Amino acid sequence: MTLNDRVSLWRRVRPYLFVFDPVLTIALAMLVALSFVTMQSAALDYDGRLADHARNVGIAFVVLWIAANLPLQWIQRLALPTWLLGVALLVAVALFGDVAKGARRWLDLGFTRIQPSELMKIAMPMMLAWWFQKREGAHGWGDFVVAGVLLAVPLALIVRQPDLGTAILVFAAGFYVIYLAGLGWRVMAGGLVGAVASLPVVWSLLHEYQRQRVLMMIDPSSDPLGRGFHVIQSTIAVGSGGVWGKGWMQGTQAHLEFIPERTTDFVFAVFSEEFGLVGNLVLLSIYLLIIGRGLVIAANGANVFARLLAGAITLIVFTYAFVNIGMVSGILPVVGVPLPMMSYGGTAMVTLGIGLGFLMSIARQRRLVQA
Amino acid sequence: MVEVRNTERELHRLRVRLAVAMLVVLACFGILGARFWWLQIHRYADFHAQAEDNRIALVPAPPTRGLIFDRNGVLLAENVSAYTLELRPMRNARLEETIDALSQIVEITPRDRRRFRRLLQDSRRSQSVPLKVKLTDDEVARLAVQRFRFPGVEIRARLFRTYPLGETAAHVLGYIGRISMDDLARLDDQNRLGQYAGSTHIGKVGVEQSYEEVLHGRVGADEVEVSAGGRVVRTLSRTPPVPGSNLILSIDIRLQKLAEELFGERRGALVAIEPSTGDVLALVSRPSYDPNLFVDGIDPQTWQSLNEHPDHPLLNRPLRGAYPPGSTYKPFMALAALSTGARKPSDTISDPGYFLLGTHRFRDSRPGGHGTVDLRKSIVVSSDTYYYKLAYEMGVDRIHDFMKPWGFGQLTGIDLENEATGILPSTQWKLRRYKQKWYPGETPSVGIGQGYNAFTILQLAHATATLANDGVVMKPHVVQAIEDPITQERKRTVPKESYRIPLKPEHLKLVKEAMADVNRVGTGRLAFADAPYVAAGKTGTAQVIGIRQNERYDARKVAERHRDHSLYMAFAPLEAPRIAVAVIVENGGFGAQAAAPIVRKVFDYYLLGKLPEDMDLDLPEMLDEAELRDIPEDIEPETVVTPEAVRP
Repeated sequence: MTLNDRVSLWRRVRPYLFVFDPVLTIALAMLVALSFVTMQSAALDYDGRLADHARNVGIAFVVLWIAANLPLQWIQRLALPTWLLGVALLVAVALFGDVAKGARRWLDLGFTRIQPSELMKIAMPMMLAWWFQKREGAHGWGDFVVAGVLLAVPLALIVRQPDLGTAILVFAAGFYVIYLAGLGWRVMAGGLVGAVASLPVVWSLLHEYQRQRVLMMIDPSSDPLGRGFHVIQSTIAVGSGGVWGKGWMQGTQAHLEFIPERTTDFVFAVFSEEFGLVGNLVLLSIYLLIIGRGLVIAANGANVFARLLAGAITLIVFTYAFVNIGMVSGILPVVGVPLPMMSYGGTAMVTLGIGLGFLMSIARQRRLVQA
Repeated sequence: MVEVRNTERELHRLRVRLAVAMLVVLACFGILGARFWWLQIHRYADFHAQAEDNRIALVPAPPTRGLIFDRNGVLLAENVSAYTLELRPMRNARLEETIDALSQIVEITPRDRRRFRRLLQDSRRSQSVPLKVKLTDDEVARLAVQRFRFPGVEIRARLFRTYPLGETAAHVLGYIGRISMDDLARLDDQNRLGQYAGSTHIGKVGVEQSYEEVLHGRVGADEVEVSAGGRVVRTLSRTPPVPGSNLILSIDIRLQKLAEELFGERRGALVAIEPSTGDVLALVSRPSYDPNLFVDGIDPQTWQSLNEHPDHPLLNRPLRGAYPPGSTYKPFMALAALSTGARKPSDTISDPGYFLLGTHRFRDSRPGGHGTVDLRKSIVVSSDTYYYKLAYEMGVDRIHDFMKPWGFGQLTGIDLENEATGILPSTQWKLRRYKQKWYPGETPSVGIGQGYNAFTILQLAHATATLANDGVVMKPHVVQAIEDPITQERKRTVPKESYRIPLKPEHLKLVKEAMADVNRVGTGRLAFADAPYVAAGKTGTAQVIGIRQNERYDARKVAERHRDHSLYMAFAPLEAPRIAVAVIVENGGFGAQAAAPIVRKVFDYYLLGKLPEDMDLDLPEMLDEAELRDIPEDIEPETVVTPEAVRP
């Protein structure tokens, strides 16, 4: 092997390696570091969970790298097929899905079981961004109506399963695109009023367990040994952390099993108990860095699709972080939302990897037309 | 150009929207920050305390119950550790299903189920209830691997109370049983409820009941760190429980067992007392029952069969059964006559076979009478006429006043609960009881131990012991000493005499000699033929049904349960009595027939160590000192606490 050959190989590999956005990468690296520290403590009694978490992070980064390498045009072309596949799978779930815990969410493909609603979380913003890209320059009423239908169809299928948590997240993802595409303020205000007005109707349509979750959020102490237990104990964990926290591996709430789901949805309780207010502010700063950077990328996107998709992905990351932390600290209802990059769980992490990969891909391809 | 401008306008709008979004993000994070401030700074002290509370629970460490030994160190009640299968009803809505599923793994008999249901009704909420006790190692292993399938099902190591000798001395020992609602209420009244935290059993009958406080010990506590599921993670500090004291009974269990066997299938009671101390050497109630049945809950059918059995095996006859003493009362009447001056030893009467009061004839048991009878002869031949007359002349109240200090118709104060008082008649008593005056015609029967007289066999034995002890009254007791389990220091329960009945030595000598003659030449002579010691005694017969005037009692004609009770009281040896006994054989007929031979064999064994040759007796071996002290190790306190465990 000659020196010459090596140089040329490096030159060929180089463009594929330097696809990472430096700011996002640094923020993610810090997040991953925190997640390992926290998981070490949270997963103390779970054999092999730390290793699994490492594997998930590894897979997520490979996915992120691949997604970041995809040219914008490819992502754009993937939008419609992904969405159609997602809807088709949701229909299949409704018809042939497996029932688990009273909800029909899973589809058995023979070799593996998948949850198509998860796919919709990324397919939905892609589809809507693609739609507005297609209708670039002519954002009339009709365009928003069509976008609304594109959002409503899969949403209805997910609500039917029923999976309220995912439905809200898919709705949020779609709504962010529509909002960024320029839906009128008055329409949004009207929608909000309408939503509030229809609350009693929605309440009557909710399942009993969903009602209880809402009621429990309003007053967790009403059911301290049942549904309220999670929230009461995680609130105690957060509060007892104080300013500096109890120290790594010292959280009594976490280690004495008072925090259910402490490696997954409630991992923030473990983190907060052990690292206190200081730790919380560090974590929020990292998320803020990612969100801020994401919004800057969105502002400078190459085309409408890129801008809308980047903005939506960023706001989804925000939504996950906010809803999760809000839930653990007792100001939002308990819905199954993981904390981005911190919670144990392969699917959510891969989804996040794809999203952040797209974000980095968009960041590489600045606008061609400069004003 | 238009397109570019459009794009330009659109880009501007997007950036405004992104900026608005960023503001919303900042606002939301601001809310989170405020929430953190609220939780982690403002209310930190609160949550810190709550987290500590969560962490620490006090787990009661129940004490080990004291052991019970006989006077020679034979172990009568011990604690054996074994495994139980228990169900916690609160977490198990579908109990029947769970039990069905469990029965696939270990055998669960219908009896187990019935007992479980009964215990369930009587248990504290959230307390686990045993379904099957004393699991074999094999069953424990099978259950352990399947346990994950059954939430609320627990396998626990527990100390079990066992009574190795079964029926022997059951009425003395009694038994412990699971703490019932009534027990809880009573403990609460006594302010002792805390001592029973973590305990499941309490003494119900016998010395297990009367010495409950001593046997129970003092509860300890472990301050432990627990998980939300109630699992103990580690122990922070420990206050060890103080084990209960051991009881040294005054009972000689070999004598007890011999006496029980001597009754055979017959019903009755026997009490043997050491006169100088008041130690109860044997307290027999026949038939008996196996106290082991009760420890972990008796199933309703077994309970019913015991409770409704015509022979009443659960009845503590010597304590609860009040019988007319019959002629065994005569030696005491004789002493009464001498002490009150109603008779001199030389006074004689003529016994024609009846005592005539007005037109009513009080018949003697010997139709022809005994001829000329003095006080000594009246005891030896058991002349009824002598005592009819004596009683009539003394009057019921003088008899009552003399007999009262002997303990007739009084509580003896024995250390067992539910002692019956019996009846020592007097004019006042009759007025109180029947709102009627005493008729003089009722007095003669009192003199021969019939009429209203009703005493327990314990009272009769106690009076006999007092007589043997020359009027020095020792309170009878079945527990001789309480032993500290650690220092093995013993404390006697009855260290000194209660009081003395003033009696003249010559009167005592006369009555005792007459009683010795009963066994030499009188009614007890057959039973005590060739005895190498001198035993003083008196036979007695208590009527079960009234015999009408001009009618004769014929044992063959009356139903078995209406036959007379056979009684006997005795002490031996005459000069320095070591044992005093009273016995009744229900429906046994004449006193000399059934009761006296039992006493002969009891005396032979106790005084001479001689066992009856015609009986196959399996007497418990006495343990040597080393074995005696081989008290089982304290097992670890229960390691499962409920979420409602006591908080400090």
